[in-house]
Amino acid sequence: MIRTEHLTKSYGPTRVLDDVSISLLEGKLTAIVGANGAGKSTLLSIISRLLDADAGTAHVDELDLATAKSEEVARRLAVLRQDTHMTSRLSVRELVSFGRFPHSGGRLTAEDDRIIAQSLDFFELGDLGDRHLDQLSGGQRQRAFVALALAQDTPYVLLDEPLNNLDMRHSVRMMRHLRGLVEQLNKSVVIVIHDLNFAAAHADHIVALKDGRIIEEGRPVDVMTAPILEKIYELPIDIHVIDGIPYAIYFR
Amino acid sequence: MTTSTRDDAPTTSRDRRARSRRTLIVSSSVLAIASLLSLFVGVVNVAPWSIFEADTDAYRALVIARIPRLIALLLAGSSLAVAGVIMQQVTRNRFVSPTTAGTVESAVLGIVLATMWFPANSLLVRMLVAIATSLLGTFVFIRILRRIRIVDIIVVPLLGLMFAAVVSAITVFLAYRYDLLQLVDTWTTGSFSRVLRGRYEPLYAVLIGGVVAYVFAARFTVVGMGENFAVNLGINYHFVLNLGLVIASVNTAVVVVVVGAIPFLGLIVPNVISMWAGDNLQRTLPLTALAGAGFVLVCDVLGRVVRRPYEIPTGTIAGIVGAVVFIALILRARTDRT
Amino acid sequence: MSTTATVGRPAGPVVDSIRRVRRWPISVRLGIMASIAVGVALTYQFALVTGAWDYAMSLRFRQLVALATVGAGTGVATVMFQTVTHNRILTPGVMGFDALFRLVQTMFVWFFGSAILVDLDVRVRFLVNAGVMTIFGLLLYRWILRRTTRDLFVLVLIGIVLGTLFGSLTLFASRLLSPDDYLTVQDLVFTSFNTIDPQLLTITAIVTVLAIGAAVPLFRQLDVVTLGRDNAITLGLDYRRVVDRTLIIVTVLVATSTALVGPMTLIGLIVANLARQLLPTFRHSVLATGSALIGVIVTIGGQFLAARIFDFTTTLTVCVNFVGGVYFIWLLMREAKL
Repeated sequence: MIRTEHLTKSYGPTRVLDDVSISLLEGKLTAIVGANGAGKSTLLSIISRLLDADAGTAHVDELDLATAKSEEVARRLAVLRQDTHMTSRLSVRELVSFGRFPHSGGRLTAEDDRIIAQSLDFFELGDLGDRHLDQLSGGQRQRAFVALALAQDTPYVLLDEPLNNLDMRHSVRMMRHLRGLVEQLNKSVVIVIHDLNFAAAHADHIVALKDGRIIEEGRPVDVMTAPILEKIYELPIDIHVIDGIPYAIYFR
Repeated sequence: MTTSTRDDAPTTSRDRRARSRRTLIVSSSVLAIASLLSLFVGVVNVAPWSIFEADTDAYRALVIARIPRLIALLLAGSSLAVAGVIMQQVTRNRFVSPTTAGTVESAVLGIVLATMWFPANSLLVRMLVAIATSLLGTFVFIRILRRIRIVDIIVVPLLGLMFAAVVSAITVFLAYRYDLLQLVDTWTTGSFSRVLRGRYEPLYAVLIGGVVAYVFAARFTVVGMGENFAVNLGINYHFVLNLGLVIASVNTAVVVVVVGAIPFLGLIVPNVISMWAGDNLQRTLPLTALAGAGFVLVCDVLGRVVRRPYEIPTGTIAGIVGAVVFIALILRARTDRT
Repeated sequence: MSTTATVGRPAGPVVDSIRRVRRWPISVRLGIMASIAVGVALTYQFALVTGAWDYAMSLRFRQLVALATVGAGTGVATVMFQTVTHNRILTPGVMGFDALFRLVQTMFVWFFGSAILVDLDVRVRFLVNAGVMTIFGLLLYRWILRRTTRDLFVLVLIGIVLGTLFGSLTLFASRLLSPDDYLTVQDLVFTSFNTIDPQLLTITAIVTVLAIGAAVPLFRQLDVVTLGRDNAITLGLDYRRVVDRTLIIVTVLVATSTALVGPMTLIGLIVANLARQLLPTFRHSVLATGSALIGVIVTIGGQFLAARIFDFTTTLTVCVNFVGGVYFIWLLMREAKL
C-alpha cells in the first residue's frame, strides 16, 4: 500500500500541499483529479522521490521514502512523468530495457529480456522495438514510456497525466491498457488525470484535491455528483448516468 | 533577460519621457563628477589647482596623460556599449556583441596583418586594416548565424565563441610565425595606461558612429521588431541592418586599435539598460552610452587604485567585474521567475 | 525530427561517408578507430627522424605518452560531463575548467610565494594543485548545476562567462605578483612540451589511468542519466552521487591534461561530438572508449601536423582550435538539433 501522512509542501509563501494523508488501494486503478494548481503533480513528485516534503511522511509498503534505498523503492514503484523529452537518440527497446535497471543494474539477463519483450507486447510495441523515439507518433511515444514503467515490474505504478498528447482513440486504448495492468497483472495503478469522464469510466477510486487538500474521495459514483464537482472545480457541472457510469457535462 | 520591462506599461508616454529625461540628467551629472574626480587618481599627485600652474609636473601629468586618458575612457566605453546595443537590436538577439560575435578577434587579426604587411605602420594604417577585417568578420558571423538550422537562443553565444576561436587561431598562427604574440596580448586586454596626448586622437572617430547611431536610433528599434514589421513601416530593412553592423564594427575596431578589447562591456551594459528601461533606442541610446562610459571609468579607476603604484589593465578588471555582475544578473532573473 | 529534416538536402561527400560509417557494426567502428590510433602513434614515433635516433626515440615516446594521456583523459571526461549536463555543447573546456587550473596555480604562487614552490617536488606540486582544483571546482560546479540544472540556457551562459572570469582573475593575480614570482608562474603554467618532465609525466599518466578506471563502474549508471534526472531517480539511481562522482573524475582528468599541455578549450568538444556522431548509442562503455580513441588520434595527429609538417611554426592548440571551431560551426549549420 502507498500511504502518506500529513504531507505538507510550500513554495515560498504558497502552500501547495496541506496536511495530505491518503492511502492508495491495492489492486485498484486510482485517479487523482483536481483543478490546475491543486497540488496533484506535487503529491506525485513527492511519492516519486523527485521532491522532498517540508513535513509528513510517505511510505510504500513498509519503506519510508525519505530514508529507504532508492534502488529498493524502484523495485516496488514505477513512475511515469509528464516530461518525456529525451536528449539522446534511443530505440524503443533500449528505452524499455532501462526499466530493468533497478533489478539488474544495467547488465541484462535472459529473465530481463523476457520481461522487456512482454512489456513491449503488452503495449503492442513489438514491431516498433527498433524504431528510434524521435520517429514515433505522440501516442506511440507515450505507450513506449508506459512500457518502460511496466518493465520495471513493480506492484505499484504511478502515471502523471498518461493521456497527454493522445487523441480520443489512443486515450481510450491507453486507459484500457491501464485497466489491463490492474485486472490481468494485478498491479496497483495511480494516475493523475484531467479528464473526469475517463476517470469515471475506468477508475475504481477517485481522489479529488483542491488547494493542496483532499476534499473528497470514493468510488466514481460517489464522487461524481453535481454538488461535489461544483465544489472541486467552482463550475456548475451536470451529471448524466449512461450504462451505470456517471459522466460530467460541463461544456456550456 | 529576454523580455523587456513591462511593469511601466500603465504610465503614460509623457510620464516616461519625463522620467527618462530626469534619469539622463542625474546619470550624466554623476558621470561628470566621477570623471572629474578620476583626474586626481594616479601615481603622480595632482591637485585641482594644478591646471592653473603651467610647467609643473602635476600640470604636465594632467594635460599630457590624465585628461587624454579620461577622454579616451569615456569615448571607448560609450562607443562599445553603443556598438553592443545596436548589434543586439538589429540581429534581434541579446547575446550578440562585439566580444561575442568575433568582431574584436577580427580586429586583432587586422592589426596583426597590418603589422606584417607594413612593418613601419602608423596608427592610421593599422586602424584602416582593422576596420576592414572587423567588418568582414562581423558580416561573416551574421551570414553563418542566418544559416544555422538550430532555432535555439543558446546557440548564438556558442557560435560566437567558436567563430572567435577560429579567428584567433588564425591570428595566433600568424603571430607565432612573425613573433608578434606579445603584441596580440596587448590588444586583447584593453588598457588605458598607454594613452597619452598625441597617441589617442583617432579615437575621436567613434563620435561619427555615435552621431549616425543616434540619428538612426528609431529605425534600429523598428528593425529590431523584425523584417516584416520594418518593411511594413516602409523602412529599408537591409540598409538599416547593414548600417548598424558597420557602425558597430567600425567603433569596435577603432577602440581595439587604440586601447585594446574590453570584455563584457558591449554585452552587459546594453542588457542591464534594456532590462531597466526597455528597448526604445531613441530613449535608451544616450543612457547606454553613459552607462558604458561609467562602467569603463569605474574599472579603470579600480585598476589604478588596487595595486598602486602599478596598474592593472582595465580589460582585466572589466573581465572580473563584468563576469560577476553578469552571473548575478542571470541567477537573479531566474529565481525571480520561478 | 532531424531525420525528416535531412532527407531533402543534397548530401556532401562528408555526410555520405558518415552515413556509410553508420552502417558498420559498432565493434568494427571501434576496431577501426583503435587501428587508426595505433597507426598515428607509430607514425609519430618513427616518421621523419632527423638527428640522433636514440634521443629522438626517447623524447618522442615521452611526448606520445603525454599526448595519449591528454587525448584519452579529455575524451572520457567530456563524454561524461555532457551526459550529466544533458547536452552536447557544454564541455569542461567551454565551462572554464582548464582556465580554473591555471587560476589555482597562480593563486598558489600568490599565497605561498615562488620560493617554496620551486623547491617542491614536481609530483607533489601537481598533486597539491590538482587536489585544490578538484575541491574548488567540485564545490563551484555543483553549486551551479544544482541551481540551474533544468535550465541549459543559463548553464551555457554562466559557463562561457566563467571561462572569461577565470582568465581575467589569472591575469589579475599575476599582476599582483612580484616580477620573480610572475616568471615562476609562467614557467609552471606553460609547461614546455619539448622537454616533458618525466616525473610529471609519470604521475599524470598514473592519475589519468586511475581516474578512467574509477569512471568505468559509473558508465552503466550514466546510461540511465541519459533518460533525464526525473526518470533516473524514479529508476532508483542515486542521482546526486553519480553526478558528484562524475564531476570529481572530470575535474581530475582536466587537471592532468592541463598540467601536461596547457588549456585546449575546444578539443573536448570536437572529440566527444565526433564520438557521438560516429557511434550513435547511449552506452557509455562504447561512447567513452570511442571518445578516448578519437582523443588520442586528434592530439597525436594534431601534434604531428604542428611539429613535423608545420615544423613547429604553430602549436597544437592553434591547430585544434581552428579545426575544432570550423567543425563545430559546420555541425551547427548541418544539424537541426543537438
